[in-house]
Parts: sequence; structure tokens; C-alpha cells
Amino acid sequence: MNNEKKKNNRYSFFLNLLFFIISIGYLYPVILILLNSFKKKAYISKSPFSIPFSEMFFGINNYINGVEKTGFFQALGWSFFITIASVIVIVFCCSMAAWYIIRVKNLGTKIFYVLCLFSMIVPFQMVMYPLSKLSNILRLNSPLGIVIVYLGFGSGVTIFMFIGLLKSIPLEIEEAAMIDGCSPLQIFFRIVLPMMKPMYITVSILQAMWIWNDYLLPYLILDLKKYKTIPVAIQYLRGGYGSIDMGAMMGVLVLAIIPIVIFYILCQKYIIEGVISGAVKG
Amino acid sequence: MNRSVQKYFPIFLLPTLIVFTVIFLAPFILGIYLSFCKFTTITDAVWIGFFNYPRLFEDIIFRHSFWYTVSFTIVTMMLINVLAFFVALALTKKLRGKNFFRTVFFIPNLIGGIILGYIWQLLLNGLLTFVGRTLTSSGKYGFWGLVFLLCWQQIGYMMIIYIAGIQNIPWELTEAAKIDGATYWQRIRHVVIPMVMPAFNVCTFLTLTNGLKLFDQNLALTHGAPSRMSEMLALNIYNTFYGRPGYEGVGQAKAVVFFLLVATIALIQHRITLSKEVKVTE
Repeated sequence: MNNEKKKNNRYSFFLNLLFFIISIGYLYPVILILLNSFKKKAYISKSPFSIPFSEMFFGINNYINGVEKTGFFQALGWSFFITIASVIVIVFCCSMAAWYIIRVKNLGTKIFYVLCLFSMIVPFQMVMYPLSKLSNILRLNSPLGIVIVYLGFGSGVTIFMFIGLLKSIPLEIEEAAMIDGCSPLQIFFRIVLPMMKPMYITVSILQAMWIWNDYLLPYLILDLKKYKTIPVAIQYLRGGYGSIDMGAMMGVLVLAIIPIVIFYILCQKYIIEGVISGAVKG
Repeated sequence: MNRSVQKYFPIFLLPTLIVFTVIFLAPFILGIYLSFCKFTTITDAVWIGFFNYPRLFEDIIFRHSFWYTVSFTIVTMMLINVLAFFVALALTKKLRGKNFFRTVFFIPNLIGGIILGYIWQLLLNGLLTFVGRTLTSSGKYGFWGLVFLLCWQQIGYMMIIYIAGIQNIPWELTEAAKIDGATYWQRIRHVVIPMVMPAFNVCTFLTLTNGLKLFDQNLALTHGAPSRMSEMLALNIYNTFYGRPGYEGVGQAKAVVFFLLVATIALIQHRITLSKEVKVTE
């Protein structure tokens, strides 16, 4: 027995060590970017694996260049605005729609539900061209306009997720409230909404991850002279003939990763829960 | 209940319904219609019947990117699922650094495709210079570069889903198998794998559709270079629309074919896994 325990201990030690080494290797691409962000431009492509010592060292100049070239902080602001506004609108509208769909069962809501499911397997390229022209006609090319576009695009999957989650809420409470004279609006905002708080967090996080990182939709729809999001701003560093200012690129990449890491540290628990419950429903 | 809620249709459902119709449904239907037209914007479309479709099969580059995308999807689906499963298996053991390792594997998921593309461009180009090549030396390098990138990004996500699946296995089941004298690998084969089938289904679905629809990573890592030999379907369609004036109709036809491909694979996968899941519960 004792012997087996010892064996187990040694085994677990090696497994820990193995995973520690793998983890370092796994983080290496990011560490590499961090190291190169302090190097002079010419050395980045020439010797990406060396540590930035005296003559290679460039201080924070890459960061200054990158921020200037991309308008990074403006892009950061717009990314924040678009993500937060879209998530709020999507979650608010879709939870109401989902509740209506499962409480009013008729042909119309059934068809809409099937269309929501259907929208989940349609790749963006299918609607890309008509949508970009249409949103141009409707003047949706501002950060506020794109919020509406995100609502249209996110509603299918969000309604689907909310319906899955809402099924666990018992009907009896609502019926009792109805008998007591509550209107559907009161029932939704006073009873259903407070009960759904955890669901709101889950859905919000999944949607925020998608919108924050989305490149093509803002690129095609926003008026790029005025507004850029972070992925769009980074892609702009690639020049007309594919040439890239690697110094500025490294700086901006590091800056772009920082908010993500902070987001992860703050919401780790909810992100993991969101992934799991999203997977169960999907 | 049903009828009194129904009166609130304009508040609960109508806004979302309108936006969904304008942003998703209308462009989708318009997209199908436009694939049978010649046009430069959506207002000057002229019906030309099936003329666009034969042209797309004559397009050698489209055929190339079709098979490129299909083989990429198959390779990444298998690699990501196998690796994620074994990582999940290891990280559900009593390991001291378990949470740290999970975090490390998960974080790449939160980073957007454009940023990931440039991170891996530096790393892989740096490694390939040792053999005198770059990522854009031939389509093959781009292919395996993208495979590495996508594995790195998505193993963590799938790992979380597998971990949830493994933790849901009733403790008695593995214990009973142990008492019956099943070896570790026998337990994996006959207890764990059948029990995580639902997680496996979700992960196959996600990896299949993610692989087929890959765009941002492709755009940032190789941009389709050299001479469009590392161009996947989504990027090919994008380039047809925005890179070749006069080919908008062909681009839309490609998009319809792309949609049919994604939808068919998603439905087939759904069918197969449904039948498998039933077997497990029998």
C-alpha cells in the first residue's frame, strides 16, 4: 500500500513536471511576441528568437509607433463601445423574444424558432455581400448602426440558447403571478428576469468573446475612415503589397492581448461556465 | 396565459423579428437570388439563370481551395479532438497545478483570429528560416501553419468541454470497472469514451464548422500566398467579391455552394452522432 502511494506520488510529480514544460511551450508564442516588441524592427525578422539585448533593444518605441500608426486607443474605445452596446442590446431583446416564443406557442413563433436554428449553420460569406450593400443603404455604418447588425446576426444563436435555459424555469410561479393580476411585462421584468441572472452572464460572455474578436463584419460595415475596431486596426498595419512594419505590429499585438488577459482573470469562472453550458445547448 | 402574453407581441418579439429579417433573412434570400444574376451592386442585378454555377467549377483556384479546406477541416478535427481529450483526461486527475494548466490551455481561445495569425506568422517564419523557407514558400507550409495555429487555439476550448464530460461520469461506474479488474486503458476504452460521447459530438460539430469557416487566421497568417495556394474557401469567396470586378455573381454562387457544404456536413454529423448517442444509452 505504502509502496503504491510512493509510486503514485512520483507519477504525479512527473505528470506535473511534464505539464509545466508543456505549459511554458504553450505560452511560448505569446512570450516571443513580448520579447520581440522590445527589439528594433530590423532584428525582428532576422533573429526572432534572440533576447533583445543592448544594440537590439528599442525600449518602448515599437509601442509608440504602433499606437500612432493604428490609432490603437481610439480603436480600443470603439471596440469597447461596440462590444458592450451590442451585448446589452442582444441579451435584452433576445431574452424577451425567447420568453415570448416559449410562452406563446403558435405557428408563427414555431417558424421563427426554426429560422433561428437555421441561421446558426449559415456561414457569414453567404450573406456578406448583400448585407454590406444593404447596411450601406440603411446607413448602418456607424458604431450605433453596427449594434443593430450584431443584433440581427446574434439573435439566432442567442434566442436558441435562452430557450434552452428558460425551459428550466417553472411555469407555476408565472401563472400564480398572472392570477394575482400581473401583466406580462411585470411578470417578465419582476419575476423571469431576476431568475435568469446567471443565464444573462453566460450568454453575455459568449457573445462578447465573439464580437470583440470579430474582424470581417466591422471591416465591411463600419465607415473605416472614422471608426476602427482592434482587429481592423491591426489588419491595417499590413501595407498594400503585404509589407508589414513588424516593430509596430509586435507592440500592438501585445497591447491587444492585455485586455483579453484582464478579462479572463476577472471573469474566469463565468467564461468556463459559459463555454460548458453553451456546448451543452449547442 | 398564452392569450394575454400574445397581446404583447409588439413589445416582446417584433423588434427582434424585424432586425432578424432585415439583417439576416433578407440578405440570405437576396444572396440566393443574386447567385443567378449578373450584377455589380444589388440594385443592377440581371437574371441570367444557372450561368454563374458552371463558371465556378471551371475555376481551378476555387477547386483547389475547396479540397484545401476540406482536408484542412478533417485534419484539424481529428487532431484537436484527440489532443483535447487526452489533455482533459490528464487534467481531471489529482494534479496540483491543474487549474493553472487549464488556464494556460484555454487562454489562446480568447485571442482573436487576426492577432493569432500575426503571432504565429512570426514564430513559424522564424522557425522556417532555419531550413531556408517561409510560410509562403508553398501552399503546404500555409496548410500546416494553419493546422498548428488552430490546434493551439482550440484545444483549450474543447478540453473544457471534455473535462465537463469526464466529470459527469458517475464515480460508481469507474469504480465498478476497477473492482471488476479492468485496466486503465480498458476503463478509458469501455467506460470513459462511451460516457463522453455527448461531449465528443459537440466538439466534432464545433471543430468541423470552425475549420470550414476559417477566415481571420487565414487572412492574417498567409493572406492566401503564394499565388492563392493557401487560400481557404471563405477567403476565396471574399477575394472573388472584392478583388475581381465583374465576378460578383460568381462570388455569390460560390457562397451558395459554401453554404450548402457547411449545412450538409453539419446535418450529416448531427445524424451520425444522434444514432451513436442512442446506442450508448441502450
